[in-house]
Amino acid sequence: MAGKAWRSAILNLLGKLGLSINGKDKIKPQEVSRVVSAFKNATPQSRTFTQGMQTVTLIPGDGIGPEISVAVMKIFEAAKAPIQWEERNVTAIKGPGGKWMIPPDAKESMDKNKIGLKGPLKTPIAAGHPSMNLLLRKTFDLYANVRPCVSIEGYKTPYTDVNLVTIRENTEGEYSGIEHVIVDGVVQSIKLITEQASQRIAEYAFEYARNNQRASVTAVHKANIMRMSDGLFLRKCREAAEKHRDVKFTEMYLDTVCLNMVQDPTQFDVLVMPNLYGDILSDLCAGLIGGLGVTPSGNIGANGVAIFESVHGTAPDIAGKDMANPTALLLSAVMMLRHMGLHGHAKKIEAACFDTIRDEKVRTQDLGGNSKCSEFTDAICQRVRDMD
Amino acid sequence: MPMLQPPPAKYGGRHTVTLIPGDGIGPELLNHVREVFRFSCVPVDFEVVHVNSALETEEDINNAITAIRRNGVALKGEQPLFLCASQTDTSLDLYANVMHCQSLPGVQTRHQNIDIMIIRENTEGEYSSLEHENVPGVVESLKIITRNNSLRIAEYAFRLAREKGRRRVTAVHKANIMKLGDGLFLQCCREVASGYPDITFDSMIVDNTTMQLVSKPQQFDVMVMPNLYGNVVSNVCAGLVGGPGLVPGANYGRDYAVFETATRNTGKSIADKNIANPTAMLLAGCMMLDHLKLHDHASSIRNAIFTTMNENRLHTADIGGQGTTSEVVQSVMRIIQSKGQLTAEF
Repeated sequence: MAGKAWRSAILNLLGKLGLSINGKDKIKPQEVSRVVSAFKNATPQSRTFTQGMQTVTLIPGDGIGPEISVAVMKIFEAAKAPIQWEERNVTAIKGPGGKWMIPPDAKESMDKNKIGLKGPLKTPIAAGHPSMNLLLRKTFDLYANVRPCVSIEGYKTPYTDVNLVTIRENTEGEYSGIEHVIVDGVVQSIKLITEQASQRIAEYAFEYARNNQRASVTAVHKANIMRMSDGLFLRKCREAAEKHRDVKFTEMYLDTVCLNMVQDPTQFDVLVMPNLYGDILSDLCAGLIGGLGVTPSGNIGANGVAIFESVHGTAPDIAGKDMANPTALLLSAVMMLRHMGLHGHAKKIEAACFDTIRDEKVRTQDLGGNSKCSEFTDAICQRVRDMD
Repeated sequence: MPMLQPPPAKYGGRHTVTLIPGDGIGPELLNHVREVFRFSCVPVDFEVVHVNSALETEEDINNAITAIRRNGVALKGEQPLFLCASQTDTSLDLYANVMHCQSLPGVQTRHQNIDIMIIRENTEGEYSSLEHENVPGVVESLKIITRNNSLRIAEYAFRLAREKGRRRVTAVHKANIMKLGDGLFLQCCREVASGYPDITFDSMIVDNTTMQLVSKPQQFDVMVMPNLYGNVVSNVCAGLVGGPGLVPGANYGRDYAVFETATRNTGKSIADKNIANPTAMLLAGCMMLDHLKLHDHASSIRNAIFTTMNENRLHTADIGGQGTTSEVVQSVMRIIQSKGQLTAEF
């Protein structure tokens, strides 16, 4: 095609997508490729859906991270889940301007795929950079931390029939990191609550309840003491409740929730709360079902990004010894499948995992058995294959 | 630091204590406490101060606080609005909130053998009530931690631990995130700990603490922490040993002491129905008697309560039984009488 026709064809195409190039009359190749890659990012589904496979960024992590990631990949393969893994490393590097950031190829991969699965990351004490989890949170604006806590049949704890979800605002609140020494011996920490963040998390909580057939959402707060801050949070929850009349909404003080949670956790369904309360309550609920070694977790960010992760530590003492328990990462991966709409595969893998644990023949050490990680993984793979 | 002295007995060996009935189940349960005290010939007279939460005025509130100052000791029910912890505790400088959570042998719970003392800083921290909205839609709430108050509460915790023969004090914090605030608190605890080499000191992050509490609560002995975590941990522990009807609480300051139920619930829905559990309030009364150095009376009432708890048919609804409040109280009085002590007419 002649130059002008080529140019106008491109402009037309871009116009249809609502994109434009500066300096229309002189189109440079770099500009075109920049816009075309923007076009790619604007429609992720069509790009990642080659042959029905969806690409997910996998961050194995440190310590036992790599071995449990391998376990999850094996199980997914046995289940024939349509997932392609793209492994990335997120060790912090110093970017231009001296700011710590995650490696650009990791960021690019996440931006492209939108969905990620992450193993445990170690936070070195004197490395000079902030924790990797914090960095990831800031980079992708992961505003909601979602932890479904369901009693695992076959792993006995004093609490049975737990089935609740904690949704925690993850960007502000008490963890704003703003502290000052007013005078020697007097420290002030600032808890920040904004209308925008509260609204966002409240809306998300109700959307989640709706999408996952949960009957009620409870806002947890201390607005009787912290009238303005928790008051604002509560107001936003009430407003979101108005817009989602099909989901029941209740409010409860934090101390009452704690009191009732340890006596009868079955009365709770979805709980939404600011950062600190969420931190405490989500770990309390994890304790009810058996600890961090068996609890899944997901972080939802802006622009459709979602990173699912295991929340336990890196366990350096058992790393590389084939002793780790991949359950937490596996259940997080199942949560990921549900988020992507692949409910059939999710159900299959989850059932295989629970059945294996219930069977008690092959259990890792932390669950009271003495099998290896690979044996546990193989048992699950076998069950998954048998289900077909 | 001056030792905590009970107020001098007023006249003829009898103490006067301020009684604030409050709302909900407060009045009913406090009446039972008076009944038991009268029956056991406890040398305590109550000065009743009403603060009606529906009509509360500045004057009412000041009267109540003055009454507490006058007598030095108070026993109270819960008020939803005023006399809410932060206000009374700060104006009377009741800096230590102490809760003793013990598994009661007669009560069925998921965990057994729990025996934890929780000491919570009661005047500052997250409950400073300092909030402002500088920019519309952005609210800041200030959490204040001071060296003085942290040292004070740590000192209180270690002294109490030593007094009661406890082996270990655990500081609960979130200093990995709130490095300056909780960091200061932790540092103060460490400083005080160095002066008590006979007591082991360790620390635990609050989210891990709650997780450990619901799986292995027996590992904890004495716990000390700032205000908000104290609220959370107290309620978790109260739930673990059987609920709000069983646990008494105390607020101590340098000059005053106020006793109440540990979890501060008004219990409006069960008020005046004779179904509330009087145990927490009765045990709070016993804590008060110990504070007044009336140890014999305190022990006799306490033992009568524990013996009563062993009878399943006397359990109230909150711990899975069908007994009434008055049945429990009658049983306590009967047991006290059977021990051969001086009692009033039944």
